[in-house]
Amino acid sequence: MPVTAQKGFDVEKLRSDFPLLQTSMNGKPIAFLDSAASSQKPARVIEAMDTYYREKHANVHRGVYQLSQEATTAYENARELVRDFINAPSAREVIFVRGCTEGINLVASSFGRRFLDEGSEVLISAMEHHSNIVPWQMACEDRGAKLKVIPVNDAGELQMDEFERLLTDKVKIVALTHVSNTLGTINPVREIIEKAHAKNIPVLIDGAQAVPHMQVDVQELDVDFYAFSGHKVYGPTGIGVLYGKEEWLNALPPYQGGGEMIETVTFEKTTYNELPHKFEAGTPDIAGAIGLGAAIEYVRSVGYEGIHAHEMELLHYAARQLQEVEGIRFIGTAREKASVISFLVEGIHPYDLGTILDKLGVAVRTGHHCTQPLMERYCIPGTVRASLAFYNNKTDIDRLVEGVKRAVAMLR
Amino acid sequence: MTINEIQDEIIDEFSLFSDWMEKYEYIIDLGKHLPLIDEQYKDEEHLIKGCQSQVWLHAGLNGDKVAFTADSDAVITKGIIALLVRVLSNQPAEEVARADLYFIDRIGLKEHLSPTRSNGLLSMVKQMKLYGVALHAKN
Repeated sequence: MPVTAQKGFDVEKLRSDFPLLQTSMNGKPIAFLDSAASSQKPARVIEAMDTYYREKHANVHRGVYQLSQEATTAYENARELVRDFINAPSAREVIFVRGCTEGINLVASSFGRRFLDEGSEVLISAMEHHSNIVPWQMACEDRGAKLKVIPVNDAGELQMDEFERLLTDKVKIVALTHVSNTLGTINPVREIIEKAHAKNIPVLIDGAQAVPHMQVDVQELDVDFYAFSGHKVYGPTGIGVLYGKEEWLNALPPYQGGGEMIETVTFEKTTYNELPHKFEAGTPDIAGAIGLGAAIEYVRSVGYEGIHAHEMELLHYAARQLQEVEGIRFIGTAREKASVISFLVEGIHPYDLGTILDKLGVAVRTGHHCTQPLMERYCIPGTVRASLAFYNNKTDIDRLVEGVKRAVAMLR
Repeated sequence: MTINEIQDEIIDEFSLFSDWMEKYEYIIDLGKHLPLIDEQYKDEEHLIKGCQSQVWLHAGLNGDKVAFTADSDAVITKGIIALLVRVLSNQPAEEVARADLYFIDRIGLKEHLSPTRSNGLLSMVKQMKLYGVALHAKN
C-alpha cells in the first residue's frame, strides 16, 4: 500500500531551501533525479561553510590563540553531531575521512595488514559498488587472501542461504552495502551482522546510500565499521565518516602517516596519537566537517519519518507511471527498497535515453553506476537510474515519465 | 571533397534545423539507417570501451586513402560516428592525421566528445588520427 506523506512535510517549502533546484538545465527548470550520485545542498550548509571561512578559519588542534581554538571547537562539534546522528557510543569512534570510499579503503588497508593472510577470505556481495570491491581486492592481493561473493537473485536481493554457506571460519571480515546504489535494495544488515558475530567475524557496512534515507543507529545494528559520504546526505563533497568500534580501531595500524596522527616522533620510532586522531593524518577538511554538521542538523529538522513517507509515495507513483512505457523493464524489484528506480526500455540504449532526457532538463544517471559485476549478472550494458530525494516532487516524476515517452518515440 | 569542405557542408546542413529535436532526430536517423561496419570487425580487437557506450572502429587502405568503418551500441553515438566517418574516411592519411574537426563544435555536439562523457567517441577520434599518422608513415 502506498504510504501517505506525513502532515507537516511540505515538499514545496523544502525545495525552496535548495538554491540549485531553482536553476535550469538546457533552458528548462531542472528535474534533478540523480541524488544517489550526489544530493543538492540546502542553503544553510553552504552558509555554514561560507561563515566558517569568512570568520572562523584557522588550523585545528594546533594553535593556542583564540581563533584556532574556535575552529577546533567547531570541528569537534561537527564530530559530536555525527556521533549523535548515528548514535555512536563515543566521538573517538567517529573518524572524518574524504568520503565513503576512503573510509572503506582505510579499513581494507589497515585491517588487511593486520588480519588477512594466505588462506583467509573476505566476503562481499554481487551488488557492491566498485568502492566496496576494489579496496578489498587490493588487500586480498597484497596478503594472498581470497575474495568471496554472495550472489543476488533476479529481484536483486541477497541470497541468504548462499551467504550462510559462504560464511566459513576462513572469513575474516564481511563487507556489505546497506542499500544498493543501482537496485535500491535494502539489505537485511542486522541479520547479517548477527550471523557473522555468531562466528566472531566483524562486519563493515557501506552506508553511502542508506544514510540519506533512513535513521542509522550503529549500536542497534551492532556494526563494527560503518562508512558514509557527506555529499549524499545533503552535505559537502570531500568529507565523509568512518565509524568503527573502539576496540577494532585500536587494533588497526594507522592508514596514513603525517601531522596530527602522532604522539611523539623521533627518527627511530614514532608513537601514534589516540583515537580518532590516529586516523586523521594532516590538516582535515574542517569546512567540510562543519558543512556536514549543518547538513545533519538540517536532515534531522526535516525528520526521517517524513522523508521516508514522501520518498516511498514518490517511488510508487514513479513506478506506476513508468509502467505505462511500452517495453520497460525494471532492474531491482526487491521487497525492501529505497527510492531508486533502475530501468531499461527494450531496444533502446541507456545512453540514448539519458541524452534525450538531458535535453529535456531531466537529470538521471545512465551507465553501469560503478557496479560492473552487477551489470554482468543481469547481462545488461547499464541502466537508466532515477534516484529520488525528499526534495523531489510529482512534477519531477511527471517530467521523467513524459521525457522517457518522448525519447522512446524518437529512438524507436 | 577535402575534409574541410565536407565539414562546411555538414555545418550548412545542420543550420537548417530549428531546434535540438530536429537535430537529434536527424542524428538518430543516421544512426539507425547506416550499416557501418562489417560484422567480422565487431570484436574485442576493434572495440573502444566507454563507460556509457561502446564503439568499434576498423581502418583499411583504399589506394592511398584511409577507409574507416565504425559502429556503436548506442544509436546517438552511432549517428555521430556516421558524421565522423563521412568527414575522415577516404581522405589521404596525412590529412586525417592533421585534421581539425571544428564541425562538431559548430553543429552543437561538442558535449558528445567531452572526456567526461565517456561514450568512446573521443577515443575513437584519437584512434582515427593515429591510424592516419601510422598509415602516412608507412606510405
